[in-house]
Amino acid sequence: MSWQPILDGLGKAAELILSGDREVMELTSRSLQTAGYATVMAGLVGLPLGVLIAMRQFRGKRFVKTLFNALVGVPTVTLGLFLYALLSRSGPLGFLDLLYTVPGIAIGEAILIIPIVVSFVASAIEAKDVQLRDLVRTLGASELETSLAVVREASSGVSLALISSFNRAFAELGIATMLGANIRGLTRVLTTAIALETAKGELGLSFALSFILLAVVLSLNFFVSFLQEGRLGRLRLIVREA
Amino acid sequence: MKQRTIVIMAAIILVASVGVGWYLTRPTQKESLIVSTTSSLYETGFLDVLKTQFEKRYPRYNVSFISQGTGLAIQTAKNGDADMILVHDPTQEKAFLTDGYGVNRKIVAYNFYIMVGPAADLAKVTGLSPVEALKKIAAEGPKGNAIWVSRGDNSGTHSKEKALWKLAGLNLTMLKRQNVEGTNNPWYLEAGSTMTATLQLANQKNAYTLTDVASFLKNSKSGNIQLVKVVDSGKDTLNVYSAISCNPQKNTRGKYEASMALIKYIASDEGQTLFRDYGVQEYGSVLFKPWITTLKTNSDPTLIQWVKDYAYIDGSDCPTQYRLNPGDLYG
Repeated sequence: MSWQPILDGLGKAAELILSGDREVMELTSRSLQTAGYATVMAGLVGLPLGVLIAMRQFRGKRFVKTLFNALVGVPTVTLGLFLYALLSRSGPLGFLDLLYTVPGIAIGEAILIIPIVVSFVASAIEAKDVQLRDLVRTLGASELETSLAVVREASSGVSLALISSFNRAFAELGIATMLGANIRGLTRVLTTAIALETAKGELGLSFALSFILLAVVLSLNFFVSFLQEGRLGRLRLIVREA
Repeated sequence: MKQRTIVIMAAIILVASVGVGWYLTRPTQKESLIVSTTSSLYETGFLDVLKTQFEKRYPRYNVSFISQGTGLAIQTAKNGDADMILVHDPTQEKAFLTDGYGVNRKIVAYNFYIMVGPAADLAKVTGLSPVEALKKIAAEGPKGNAIWVSRGDNSGTHSKEKALWKLAGLNLTMLKRQNVEGTNNPWYLEAGSTMTATLQLANQKNAYTLTDVASFLKNSKSGNIQLVKVVDSGKDTLNVYSAISCNPQKNTRGKYEASMALIKYIASDEGQTLFRDYGVQEYGSVLFKPWITTLKTNSDPTLIQWVKDYAYIDGSDCPTQYRLNPGDLYG
């Protein structure tokens, strides 16, 4: 039996992708949606937060930074359980009707990845020379303009933050299971489908879905890094000419 | 410039494809019905058939099944996160009714539990009655001739298992603490998981376990397990499935009409036929026997009496005080 399921899986994965299997497309699209929405939400909250933390001096700054670094490792089942209790009809936020929906999962994943965004962004900005920030300020920039300038300079760190958090959300199982319940046609995503097929003993299909998941993550990451490379290349060119 | 154009184009394509994807997979404007159910009905694939046929008959509904163990399914319904339950634990079902969470209970199907184990059967339980077999296993376990795997998850199957141990006069708390002679390993294992996962664990450990016939047939056929049936079914191993709607007075989701439509459908001739036909071709035997059809045709009076003794509450599916506008549900 040993290698059989894996080989089966490879074959099935190719078959499913090439035939454009409807259910697989649906699963992939839904995984992308939940991770996408989550990354956007986390970015909107985490970016400004990360910039603030990095650029301001305040009491307890080290504590806050350490806190966010620690929160990166929050156990997803615990977070999922906590949110489930909040969003359930018998809980305080039940009226929002978010349980067993895609937006619900997205919000859960967003909360999960915000610490990642904040930590990475704060580190990226702090790595930039302090003199750069002061330079921009002395040139007459406002707070907002300074922040934007610094973010632009630290853009590779910011992209890394967003990509890492997207990857994390895309591969998330615990939250998707607890808040989505793996409902076929409504909240089933690639990761929860893999867990279900494995529990059902359909190892070939599990492996197929796993290969598809890996393929999507890898292609997305390669694509983004290709885009970045272009930018970095240009930047190096400008610096040389200066 | 060229770089920037590519980035912009890529962004537009990305947004467009996400938009198209979202459009294609948007939940349609159907009324959604959430059914909290046991894992055995779900994992055998029967519920997919039920969903397809029910939605063909009533296209305005979109049924979602959430498969958890019976215990968790009932809890989800109590929390108000589901509209009805489809489970197989009469004791927990009765509490669900008397605590005011459910109305209109209807027994819909039945089958039997069997005990399965390694082909070698070192504990020599083949052909014994369920209670005799458990006693033998409890005796052979510490000697290293038998490992027992329990569901351990408050499911209907788990409840039945606990009831059988009780019938055999054995104390589970003590059994769980016993180790196999000469080792630090217990012989009574708890899987804490669904039937398929439990069967796979038992298969891995060459252990004995209690399972419903449907899950066993399905997993055997697909080659997941090599366990064999050692103890056949009888009165003590009856497995009865019922549907209960959530009480609209306690449940704020407002899908009472929808859940009654599904319950009445399952109880109808068409719904009962789904049970009758499911699995016959693939497994050579019916996985879930249609209860209402059996009752109507009186095809097996002994069995009918067993089910009534085991699963009836105060003489019927559902005592009158827990019925709510049942219409013709109770004939």
